[in-house]
Amino acid sequence: MQACFKDKVGDVLLPGDVFSFQMPESITDSKPEKVVCGPGLRRNGDEVLVCKSGILRHKQPNLYWIDSQQRRYVPGKGESVIGIITAKSGDIFKVDVGGSEQASLSYLAFEGATKRNRPNVQVGDLVYSQFIIANKDMEPELVCIDSCGRANGMGVFGAGGLLFKVSLGLVRRLLAPQSEIAKDLEKMFPFEIVVGMNGRVWVKSKTIQQTLIVANLLESCENMTAQQRQTLFRRVADGSI
Amino acid sequence: MPSSLSAQNKNKRRQFPATVFWFSLGIVMEVCGSSSPTLREFGCEQNLLSRPDGSSSFVQGDTSVLAGVYGPAEVKVSKEIYDRATLEVVMQPKVGLPTVRERAREQCVRETCKASLLSTLHPRSSLTLVLQVVHDDGSLLSCFLNSACMALMDAGLPMSCLFAGVTCAIDTDGQVITDPNAAQEKESRALMTFAIDSTERRVMMSSTRGSFTVHELQQCIAVSQKASDKIFQFYRDSVRRRYSKTL
Repeated sequence: MQACFKDKVGDVLLPGDVFSFQMPESITDSKPEKVVCGPGLRRNGDEVLVCKSGILRHKQPNLYWIDSQQRRYVPGKGESVIGIITAKSGDIFKVDVGGSEQASLSYLAFEGATKRNRPNVQVGDLVYSQFIIANKDMEPELVCIDSCGRANGMGVFGAGGLLFKVSLGLVRRLLAPQSEIAKDLEKMFPFEIVVGMNGRVWVKSKTIQQTLIVANLLESCENMTAQQRQTLFRRVADGSI
Repeated sequence: MPSSLSAQNKNKRRQFPATVFWFSLGIVMEVCGSSSPTLREFGCEQNLLSRPDGSSSFVQGDTSVLAGVYGPAEVKVSKEIYDRATLEVVMQPKVGLPTVRERAREQCVRETCKASLLSTLHPRSSLTLVLQVVHDDGSLLSCFLNSACMALMDAGLPMSCLFAGVTCAIDTDGQVITDPNAAQEKESRALMTFAIDSTERRVMMSSTRGSFTVHELQQCIAVSQKASDKIFQFYRDSVRRRYSKTL
């Protein structure tokens, strides 16, 4: 069954493509194989259908998903995003995360917040937070603490910096462990970067000029091969651009 | 010019417009013996606009259409559907305001997209598809369908299958012309546009004008199904080219 997928790993697939598994009838005592299907793959009876265009990816032992370049974010549970506070109503904040619906964020979901001690959050502030409820039928809910009650890097952003949007595919490439783009960026000059799964990126460095360089480089990374990117980064680091 | 005007009117009366929607038509069409149908040169570009979530431009000969998709986005309460996404199709003509003709085409494209999109995966949200005519040189509806399909794919919306639009014209000698230009459309006796799905090559939508026999209709469907193979292959090649840098 996995052989069927393995042939196609790295290939471009389109919606409507089908993986069908015809078990040879002679083998009856074999153990059933399990496959975990990620975004873009749907099970329909004993077939797996592709419902997004993109590249089939594989992770050991049995994970398969479609990697696509899209712009619109769809909330997923446990994902960390950069949100913008749009409203304060009673004991919750409304947060724009770029999805189809605004997410809610309780004022108690900050580190050290109590009913007495409200966090200082204003409309228009940026927050880095995590989804604890995200499904298609319910309003998504964010928190700025982990399960131990610690901020763990989440919370309201400080002053300064620049927020911009990139495609979701690029964000996933940036956040991947041992990401090549992140490694190339690190070599240039020191700067702070926050990457949300919703395609929002916040950058802050010593000067505004350096911040803009990072923002422009990231935006241009989208449609470049690794080689093109490295030559561009090298030229920027040398100061020729 | 009263004489020519009345002749035109007469002409108009003879051609009765009819739009029919067929979903999963279960008839096996006979494949006509002719060689593969000829289509004009076609081209496509995805992700060319910066603001929409998905965009495409599709060119068939001199006919050119630009499409943009927004969504899944926030929906007005009055248009909200509790178990699936609300799909809206807006068609912009080259000049002037949208007319009844644009509305009819909007409906054709909307019903086709509705059938192929898995809108239940994004309940209580809105999907907006904007189609802009850049140049009309015949087969406009099929160009709309192809460009819509590419834009939906670019936006990464879940779809059960792809679709392709093919226009066929039957000229006065009874010859079937696939993908006619504006001049051929004008001279034709009948004009039909079909949306064909990618999985089973079935007719998803048909829009016809003029008079034709049942046999001619079946012949046109068979020709369109053959022509759609070329379009689907083109879809695959152009998406592969788009992802070539991240492979």
